[in-house]
Amino acid sequence: MAEVLVLVDHADGQVKKTTAELLTIARSLGTPSAVFVGSNVDAARPRLAQFGAEKVYVIDNADVDNYLVAPLAEALYAVVQQASPAAVLLPSTSHNKEAAARLAIKTESGLITDATAVEAAGDGVSTTQSVFAGSYTVKSTVTKGAPIITIKPNVVPPSAAQASATVVPVELTVSDAAKGAKITAREPKAKSGRPELTEAAIVVSGGRGTGGDFSPVETFADTLGAAVGASRAAVDAGWYPHSNQVGQTGKQVSPQLYVAAGISGAIQHRAGMQTSKTIIAINKDEEAPIFELVDFGVVGDLFTVLPQATEAVQKARA
Amino acid sequence: MNIVVCVKYVPDAQGDRTFNEDNTTDRDNVDGLLSELDEYAVEAALKIVEAGEGEVTVVTVGPEQAADAIKKALQMGADKAVHVSDEAIHGSDAVATSLILAEAIKKIGTPDLVLTGLASTDGTMSVVPAMLAERLGLPQVTQVSTLEVEGGTAKGRRDGDVASESVEAQLPALVSVTDQINEPRYPSFKGIMAAKKKPVETWSLADLGVDAGQVGLDAAWTKVESFAARPPREQGEIVTDEGDGGTKLAEFLVAQKFV
Repeated sequence: MAEVLVLVDHADGQVKKTTAELLTIARSLGTPSAVFVGSNVDAARPRLAQFGAEKVYVIDNADVDNYLVAPLAEALYAVVQQASPAAVLLPSTSHNKEAAARLAIKTESGLITDATAVEAAGDGVSTTQSVFAGSYTVKSTVTKGAPIITIKPNVVPPSAAQASATVVPVELTVSDAAKGAKITAREPKAKSGRPELTEAAIVVSGGRGTGGDFSPVETFADTLGAAVGASRAAVDAGWYPHSNQVGQTGKQVSPQLYVAAGISGAIQHRAGMQTSKTIIAINKDEEAPIFELVDFGVVGDLFTVLPQATEAVQKARA
Repeated sequence: MNIVVCVKYVPDAQGDRTFNEDNTTDRDNVDGLLSELDEYAVEAALKIVEAGEGEVTVVTVGPEQAADAIKKALQMGADKAVHVSDEAIHGSDAVATSLILAEAIKKIGTPDLVLTGLASTDGTMSVVPAMLAERLGLPQVTQVSTLEVEGGTAKGRRDGDVASESVEAQLPALVSVTDQINEPRYPSFKGIMAAKKKPVETWSLADLGVDAGQVGLDAAWTKVESFAARPPREQGEIVTDEGDGGTKLAEFLVAQKFV
């Protein structure tokens, strides 16, 4: 069977859950090969082997890290030329989507982004995507080249299948053209101790109704082990960091449970959370459009409802 | 400084967006407008030119109605516009759109800066800027929430998933901006009147030397096979807080096994 390349999402060799998910999907399409860009592949290998990577292409080149996007596309191109894969799968991050875009042009291959399902179909691959703010589901195929697909987190449960994870070093000389945009400084995101927004099973978000005080939102989130999100209004007001924004121009989340506190539910926000399995809203305005989406809604003040709910949840657990 | 801003005419997200029989986006039966996220790119271009000198050219690829998107950008203050319109373009994917835009930008002349928004509000792929940079051989400074252009260098800050990065590139460069970068202006009455006299050129594929066989639905490298409306959510239970709203919420969570 032809190889299916999976770009490994990792931090210094610590492999993220999305990689296990993508390797699981890759096994249904062909023989999975991991593409590891960066250093410390030894730390990553056991996990890549556990989820079925037969080969691990390794590109350890500082230029990929020091310049924006273009060198990553060249790295992927080098592996594609060597492996002639049946498909290339990448975790859907903004950085990866852009690298995938450049790879699509280089390899003359069709690109699909933000897939929520991927399956073999005839000679090719069929994908599912959610479009128009989650109001439609489309199924697409790639008609040219080896499909390049970016996949959202949490779309399949990772399943293990031991493989050899043989390391294949890949030489790369990044072109001068790809070194046009230099990264001059990098500030890691502060760790909140809470789950990652896009990977969390439960998300509690606050909006304009918080008036800038997110403490009841955060306390309720911590009681449920949830990530904290924010609406664009709350982010624009400077009440919460942009990296926590849920919506069209922020993070797209699809958790088991989404709680919207003091959020009216403008289309831009709905675009980021409408595919959540269960939705709860708390809002003083009974006309708020968010109530059209909910499984359970409370018309009331979040500053009284959330603390009471926090206490009741703690009591139910005790 | 010459700046080209790429903009897109999109179906209004407030309306009922849907598909045509050929699985392409329906652009006829729903009101369209300048993609909200492109306004930030137009504003960024205007600010740069106002702080120094130069000219802002807007370029769009789209059907006749896409002239409305151009009009809005000209009313905001852009100097001139190019509208690439051709029946063969219908159904083009991001790859073909980037090809048409790249050829249009080359024909406009080599700009110092190509500016775009973060993504269109219809396709929301956010891949066209990177494809354009690849095609034009320009450094890409993408998804930045700040932008300074000084002494032939563009500098921006990019709010990534795991880190914030400072990025810089020599001009000419391609820059895409997020909605965090500025507050787009509303067209003034003066701007609206002035826009009527601003030059708009309409180019066909032949004007760009692009073969019609390279674009459009049949040439697309991806194909939408089917679409289905998401089933409407069943109306959930809504209670009014009478001192026990939080308790009821917790009871719901327990019943649904979240607690």
